[in-house]
Amino acid sequence: MAGHAAENHGPMAQFEIKRLVPMELFGYDISFTNSALFMVLALVLASGFLIFAMNGRSLVPSRMQSIAESLYEFVAGIVRENLGEEGMRYFPWVFSIFIFILAVNMLGMIPGSFTVTSHIIVTFALALMVWVTVTLIGFARHGVGYLKLFVPDGVPIWLMPLIVPIEIVSYLIRPISLAVRLFANMMAGHTMLKVFASFAVSLPVVAKAFPVLFTAAFTGLEFLVSFLQAFIFTVLTCIYLNDAVNMHH
Amino acid sequence: MDPQAAKFIGAGLACFALIGAGIGIGNIFGNYLSGALRNPSAAPGQFTNLLIGFALAEATGLFGLLIALIILFG
Amino acid sequence: MITAMTVLVAEALDVGRDVAEALDEHKSGGLPQLHAPDFAPQLFWLAVTFVLLYWIMSKVALPRIGEVIEERRDRIQRDLAAAERLKGETDKALQTYEKALSDARGSASAIARKTRDELGAEVDKERKAVEDQLAKKLADAEASIAATKTKALASVKDIAGDTVVEIVNALTNINVTKDEAVRAIPSGSDK
Repeated sequence: MAGHAAENHGPMAQFEIKRLVPMELFGYDISFTNSALFMVLALVLASGFLIFAMNGRSLVPSRMQSIAESLYEFVAGIVRENLGEEGMRYFPWVFSIFIFILAVNMLGMIPGSFTVTSHIIVTFALALMVWVTVTLIGFARHGVGYLKLFVPDGVPIWLMPLIVPIEIVSYLIRPISLAVRLFANMMAGHTMLKVFASFAVSLPVVAKAFPVLFTAAFTGLEFLVSFLQAFIFTVLTCIYLNDAVNMHH
Repeated sequence: MDPQAAKFIGAGLACFALIGAGIGIGNIFGNYLSGALRNPSAAPGQFTNLLIGFALAEATGLFGLLIALIILFG
Repeated sequence: MITAMTVLVAEALDVGRDVAEALDEHKSGGLPQLHAPDFAPQLFWLAVTFVLLYWIMSKVALPRIGEVIEERRDRIQRDLAAAERLKGETDKALQTYEKALSDARGSASAIARKTRDELGAEVDKERKAVEDQLAKKLADAEASIAATKTKALASVKDIAGDTVVEIVNALTNINVTKDEAVRAIPSGSDK
């Protein structure tokens, strides 16, 4: 039963980084890896689709165009709902985050492909970018006043020594929770799929149908999770942005 | 104790975090549903909050699962 | 079912052992996600692709979509405005029409009333003339009837006198004059 171990087909093998084109820049390893391949694929597919779909630019949209438009309206709706009309300044940025994560997640659902967001370093970089950008915007708009974010209104003064550190910690932990949520969801889902798929290989013939059916059902759930996580990441980005832009607490 | 066995036991214990996540997610959806049945017109407006709550609750469980995976494979 | 479960659990343990063995084989091991030498290339390519994506989105893709949506919104707004304007014009035309209609109805009834009054006056006049004429004829007729009656009464007395004279003569041989006979007859018109 342990025969396939030597070929390294464990549930974690799918997350391995393979250097397809070794490269180096100023002493840093910038090899074109399978992860990079899927990032580039996501970039090409997402922007290619959005540009190609809008080629007609017709008032009555074609099928492709209406998909592109509903993606646009979907993210625009999130931004408007959280940030108001003036938040549309940040719309391209938020949309890029959404479409990048969505494309990368969906590409990862192709059997045998690689899920970029299942690597903590990628999600953490994205989350850190969001956090740094939001913090910079906050300080740029409110100056030192942005620190009032840590002092919620209507809290009695004697609670302040307790509340303020909690607020500060919860602010500092934002990039970590943002990164880990996306990473853990993608990784856990794919690991689970792989584990159950491997049951199908090793179980006796009579029981093979169970893991296959479960894997099929779970793949559907994973598609939902892929979309949901892209959505959640976007929504939380907007909520953090709203803190920085409007300082409603 | 065999260190391998200790690892498996530890991973299993770390997965207990998912109990909390399960309860939390169940609570969120249950309460959303009962609220939606009381006031169906207000339900769609809270759908985003529902998903945010779901994601936040789920994340805490996944932190535990992550620890389990790290113990097992790390 | 229980055997299936047992097999499942055993298999899970097997997978775990397989993986542990697999990872033991290349000792670099551990989670691929925590393999630090892989961080740099991922970060580099993430930065490259994300910046490119952001550039493409903000400069090309999104403005195009936004433009079309905006244009559609404008078009709908324009069409709605045009429809609103046309509806206003229709309402105005309808109002003018209603007014003309009610004016016409008013003048028609005025004309009818006038005509009726005129006709009524004429008819009254005619009738009055005819009635006058009739009344005059009636009066004339009554006058001639009265005259004739008086004349007839007078001749009735005369004839009665003659008859009285004749009857007296024949019966009594007394000569009576006509004057006496006439006086003896009670005045018939007194009856």
